[in-house]
Amino acid sequence: MNSVVAIGSGPVAAGRDLRLDLFRGIALWLIFLDHIPSNAVSWITIRNYGFSDATEIFVFISGFTAAFVYGRAMREHGFVVAGARVLRRAWQIYVAHVFLFAIYLAEIAYVARSFDNPLYTEEMGVMRFLQDPDVTIVQALLLKFKPVNMDVLPLYIVLLLFFPPMLWALLRAPTAALLLSFGLYELTWYFDWNLAAWPKGVWVFNPFAWQLLFVFGAWCALGGAQRLTRLVNAPAVRALALACLVFAFAIVMTWYFPRLATFVPKPLGDFIYPISKTNLDVLRILHFLSLAVIAVWLMPRDLPALKSKAAWPAIVCGQHSLETFCLGVFLAFAGHFVFTEVSNRLFMHVLVSAAGIIVMVAVAALVAWYKRLERRGPRPPAVTPGLAGGVG
Amino acid sequence: MKRLGLLVALLTAAVPAYAGHPAECLVAQHQVEHSFALPRAAKAITAKKLDILVLGTGSSVLPGANGAKNAYPARFRAALAEALPGVAINVATDVKSRRTSADMVKALPPRLTSVRPALVIWQTGTVDAMLAVDPDRFNDALEEGIGLAQSAGADVVLVDAQYSPRTESLIALSTYTEGMRWVALQHGVPLFNRFAIMRLWADLGTFDFTSAPHKFAVAERVHDCIGRLLADLVVEAVKPARSD
Repeated sequence: MNSVVAIGSGPVAAGRDLRLDLFRGIALWLIFLDHIPSNAVSWITIRNYGFSDATEIFVFISGFTAAFVYGRAMREHGFVVAGARVLRRAWQIYVAHVFLFAIYLAEIAYVARSFDNPLYTEEMGVMRFLQDPDVTIVQALLLKFKPVNMDVLPLYIVLLLFFPPMLWALLRAPTAALLLSFGLYELTWYFDWNLAAWPKGVWVFNPFAWQLLFVFGAWCALGGAQRLTRLVNAPAVRALALACLVFAFAIVMTWYFPRLATFVPKPLGDFIYPISKTNLDVLRILHFLSLAVIAVWLMPRDLPALKSKAAWPAIVCGQHSLETFCLGVFLAFAGHFVFTEVSNRLFMHVLVSAAGIIVMVAVAALVAWYKRLERRGPRPPAVTPGLAGGVG
Repeated sequence: MKRLGLLVALLTAAVPAYAGHPAECLVAQHQVEHSFALPRAAKAITAKKLDILVLGTGSSVLPGANGAKNAYPARFRAALAEALPGVAINVATDVKSRRTSADMVKALPPRLTSVRPALVIWQTGTVDAMLAVDPDRFNDALEEGIGLAQSAGADVVLVDAQYSPRTESLIALSTYTEGMRWVALQHGVPLFNRFAIMRLWADLGTFDFTSAPHKFAVAERVHDCIGRLLADLVVEAVKPARSD
C-alpha cells in the first residue's frame, strides 16, 4: 500500500484513498461468504488459495483508516479529544456486537427447540449454556463468551481501546512505536500471552498478536507508506511477493488434495506448521504483505476504474464497514438457516451468496444516504458524521 | 447430484472386495484414505487375535437401549470379523459424552492396561471445538494420546468430528479437524475423515442430516456405514505389502 497517503506528514488531506474502501468492501464480502458454513461459493475467497484471509485485509485497513481519521483529530485537537472519539467508536462497536449476540441467541434457541436427531446428542450440548442464560449473557457482555464467527468485533474493540496511546506514540516517533508493537507481538509468541475466553480457552483472534497488523496499518497511514514506496515498487520485492504467493498456493493445495502432502518435505512441514491464525502467524503476515505489494502494483491510486460504477458497490460497503460487517454476520446466520431449513442445493448457495452481497450494498448505500442527509440537515454539522464513519 | 451419486455407487460397487457393503456406504468409499500402515495391528492379526479399543465421545454411540449395538464400534467389529475370518476380534469401548481430548488422554492409561489393544480407534474433536479448547493444547493432547497408545503397543486411527449441518454455525470445527489432520500426518497415523464422508453423503443426498422422518433408522444406517468404511480402512492398512 505505497503512495497511499499524502496526509501523513501534514494536516492537509489528500482525500481518501478509494483503494482502501474498495479492498475493505471486498474483504467484508469475503468475510460474509466465509461465515456461511459449508457455503460452496466460499471456494472463491482468498483463504482457499493462501495463508492469510480477508481478516488480515480488514484489520490492516481498519488500522490505516483509524490513524487517518483520528491522527488528524489528535494533531488538531489534542490527545484528549481524539482519544475520547476513539473510545466512543469502541463503544459503538461494542453495542453492535451485543446486538449481534442477541440475534445469535434467538437463532440458537430456535435450533435447540427444533433439533432432535439421535446422531447429534453430543453436538446438542452446544446449547447447554441456554440453561444458564445469566452466566452466558454476562460472559458475553464481558466479551469472554464469543460465539462462532463473532470474534472480529471484540478484537476490534480491544484494538481501539489501546489505540489512543499508540496513536500518540505513532505521531511522535512512528518507527519506535512500530517497533514497540512488533516487540509486543514477539513477546506474545514467546510467553504465550492471550486473553482468556469462556467457558474454556483463549481468544480466537489474540489481540496482543493482531495489534501488529493494526498498528502497521496506522503506521502506513501516518507516512510509513511513503517511506516504503521505493521498497514496495522494487522489481525484486515484487518478484519475491509473487514467489511467496505461489509458494502459499502450492502448500494450500496439499490441504485439499492430501495425496499431494507427500511432496512437502518433512523439514519444510515441520518449519511451517502449524500456521496459527489465533496468533497471526508470520506466514500469514508475509502472505498478506505479498498480496498488498501485488495489489498496489496492479492498481495505482489514480486508476480511473476506482471511480467507475463497477467499483462503487465494494467502495460503498468499505466506507460504511461497521454497518456492513454486522449485517454480513447476520446475513451469514440467515443464509445458513436457509441452507438447513429450505434447500442445500448448489443453486441455493449461489443465490444466497449473491443476494447477501446485494443486500449489503443496498444497506451500505442507504447508510451513506442517511449520513449525507444528516450532514445537510437543519442541525449544524458540529460533529461530522464522516469522521465517526472514518473507521466505519 | 443424486445421479452422480448413483454413478459413483455403480462404479465402486464393481470392486468385488467391497461387494458386501450397501451402495449408500460405498458412495463415500473414495473418501477413505489409505495413508499409513498399522504394523502392530497387522502383527496381532497374524497371531489371529485382534483387541481393539474405541475411545470416544457422544458421537461414538447412539441413544436408546440398542444404542451400543447399532453404533459404529459394534458395526465396525462385525464388518472386520467378516473381512478377517479366523481372527478373534474384540472391541472394547470407552465412550462418554462431553470429554475433551485431554480428558480422554487421562482415561487412556488404565484402559490400555486392562484391554491391551493392538489398535486404538480414537474419535475426538467435537467436544474440544464446542468448548473452544486452545488449539495448541488440543494438538498436544492428541500427540500425548498417540504416544501413550503406541508405547503400549497399539496402533492408532483417529476419527474426526461428524458433519452436523444444523450446528455448523454454532461449533467451529475447522481448526480442530485441521489440527487432527496435521497431527495424524506428523505421526504417520491414519485419519478416518468422518466429517468429509458425512458431508459427501449430505451433498449427494444419500442421507438427510437436517430433517428427520425415520430418524432412528437413518442414524443406524449412518453408523453401520461408518463402521464398514472404518473396517475397510483397517483391512487396507494391515495388508502385508503395506505393513513394515
